[in-house]
Amino acid sequence: MRQATTLFDKLWAMHRIADSGDGAELLALDRVFLHERTGGVALKALAEENRSVRSPDRVWAIMDHVVSFREDRDRDESRSPGGEQFILETRQRAHAAGIGLIDTDDQRQGIVHVVTPELGLALPGMTIVCPDSHTCSLGALGALAWGIGSSQAEHAMATRSLRVQKPKQMRVCVDGVCSPDIGAKDVALHLIATHGAAGGNRCAIEFTGEAVSSMGVEERLTLCNMAVEFSAFTGVIAPDEATFRYIKGRKYSPQKEQWTQALDHWRALKTDAGAIFDHEISIRAQDVFPTVTWGTSPEEACPLDQDVPLDANPRALDYMGLKPGQCLSNLPIKGVFIGSCTNGRLSDLRAAAEVLRDRKVADGLRAVCVPGSRLVRKQAEAEGLDRVFKQAGFEWGAPACAMCFYAGGETFAPGDRVVSSTNRNFEGRQGPGVRTHLASPATVAASAVAGRITSARSVMGTA
Amino acid sequence: MRNTPITRFTGRAAPLMIDNIDTDQIIPSREIKSVGRDGLSDGLFAAWRYNDEQARHPNPDFILNKPGFAQAIVLLTGRNFGCGSSREHAVWTLKEYGIRAVVAGSFGEIFFDNCVRNGILPIIIDIKTVRKLAEHAGRDADNEITIDLEQQHLAMGDTGSGFAIGAYAKRLLLEGLDPIDLTLKDQSKIDAFEARDRRDRPWIYDGPV
Repeated sequence: MRQATTLFDKLWAMHRIADSGDGAELLALDRVFLHERTGGVALKALAEENRSVRSPDRVWAIMDHVVSFREDRDRDESRSPGGEQFILETRQRAHAAGIGLIDTDDQRQGIVHVVTPELGLALPGMTIVCPDSHTCSLGALGALAWGIGSSQAEHAMATRSLRVQKPKQMRVCVDGVCSPDIGAKDVALHLIATHGAAGGNRCAIEFTGEAVSSMGVEERLTLCNMAVEFSAFTGVIAPDEATFRYIKGRKYSPQKEQWTQALDHWRALKTDAGAIFDHEISIRAQDVFPTVTWGTSPEEACPLDQDVPLDANPRALDYMGLKPGQCLSNLPIKGVFIGSCTNGRLSDLRAAAEVLRDRKVADGLRAVCVPGSRLVRKQAEAEGLDRVFKQAGFEWGAPACAMCFYAGGETFAPGDRVVSSTNRNFEGRQGPGVRTHLASPATVAASAVAGRITSARSVMGTA
Repeated sequence: MRNTPITRFTGRAAPLMIDNIDTDQIIPSREIKSVGRDGLSDGLFAAWRYNDEQARHPNPDFILNKPGFAQAIVLLTGRNFGCGSSREHAVWTLKEYGIRAVVAGSFGEIFFDNCVRNGILPIIIDIKTVRKLAEHAGRDADNEITIDLEQQHLAMGDTGSGFAIGAYAKRLLLEGLDPIDLTLKDQSKIDAFEARDRRDRPWIYDGPV
């Protein structure tokens, strides 16, 4: 009998070209995605070494990182001082290399990890690399996708392969069903808080369990997105009927007989019963509550109705302006941000809009929503969500990574406490001295209304 | 790109014993001012290293500003060093500053690989041993560390430790090889794989155009 293997084993084996005999294996790559912040430098270095892109039709550059999120931005406008040169250089290099380009003014534009699934550029069973740490998001489709550096991106483009040491494997099972007000973000923060920010170190993680299979594809993208904050090599979820429904009919999804052929192939992408993982973690959906970070690492998180731990890291508390034992809920805030590759998709905007409908953000609070892509923005506008956000007092931005990270330019003020639907609460991540609390879009929206950290439950009166 | 081969070296070590130091801390995004790999080292640890970042007024409490430690060629640090953003600028910055090895309890995965690609030796050892080394280094900047990649061993004062490193990474570092050149030797294997794979999974190759 054939040995039982994991989904990850299957994806790995399917792309293995050769064993280098030195612990690394040569893997074939199906797609390389780039963005202007780290992709331009890779294209430039490649050209300077007189190397060409081996399969330019399988490489795409997408503008997202330093692109302005002003609603009526100009084509080359950046939110960071000097950021234009990254946009210009990437555009020029992409044209010269003959790779796909989704430019700032393209109707397909948005954040690379939002755009590639919604266009059908990222598909189950693919190997995908991108010089961006949140590439692991795409594992939600059943792809083997991981973040790399710029030099590795050069290697990937020049050879259509990478030499990789096979990581250890971990299964994270989320048993039971989450209550309706719990988002994938809460699950991810709960996992990282429970097992530490290095808890998945150098592991490929398969997310399984009833709570995961009952998630929509967009929520799965959120869950896998946070795998890198758990220090994982990547995250992956077995594709199922929900995945196939999501993919079918997308702009670049396989058509006609190739669709049928692909579907047959994708249906085999799952872990066999009895397959062995190096590590197993199980969490109970019923233990997951609306969660918020209190410190400067995603592991420094807890249910928002709890207090800052008594043994909390003093360095983090000093930065965050908090004390051990301090209550998190009702902490006054200065700003909120909804967007990013973590929580900038349509379902995220819907969850936030549900809280914001017929409500207003608190006085003196800056509230910004930046849809993850033009398509997300267009769909949201078709549903009238833009009006809900604007009437509540939110700025409604043009698709970009926006306030997820500071790259110079305008941001919140030093010392401002901000609740954000993004992925990193590192010191200075959203600006010098800015105090970031990570949370789900629903929690961010509720906190915006209250002007204090609070849950959607309490704002909507169902507590 | 080829790197200077790493074999055995001795030099000063700066202790920075904090867990989860992310790549935004190593080089803040605002310090990445041009499409290239150089002109970065002034921005190394900018938020911690300067009291006034704009004016570049040094913070005297930061380790690299203390007497003797500015010349450190090794960093001693906590768990999960280099987590966060994949920006290779973090490694280019350390390299331009003169750092040749980072000794940590663990690393962010992408940062680790970026080190290897750029000729910086990332060493994972037991966190208690790193703390001992850090204590020793912190006492006197003249307490030098010796690192031997060939033997996979490091030593400082009376503290010594072996360390594990993957054979591929070791080879790249020892020989300063260009990984692209190395892989291009397998061109025929890549071609053969693609010819076979194109029949099995045509949708990968036919679209999108």
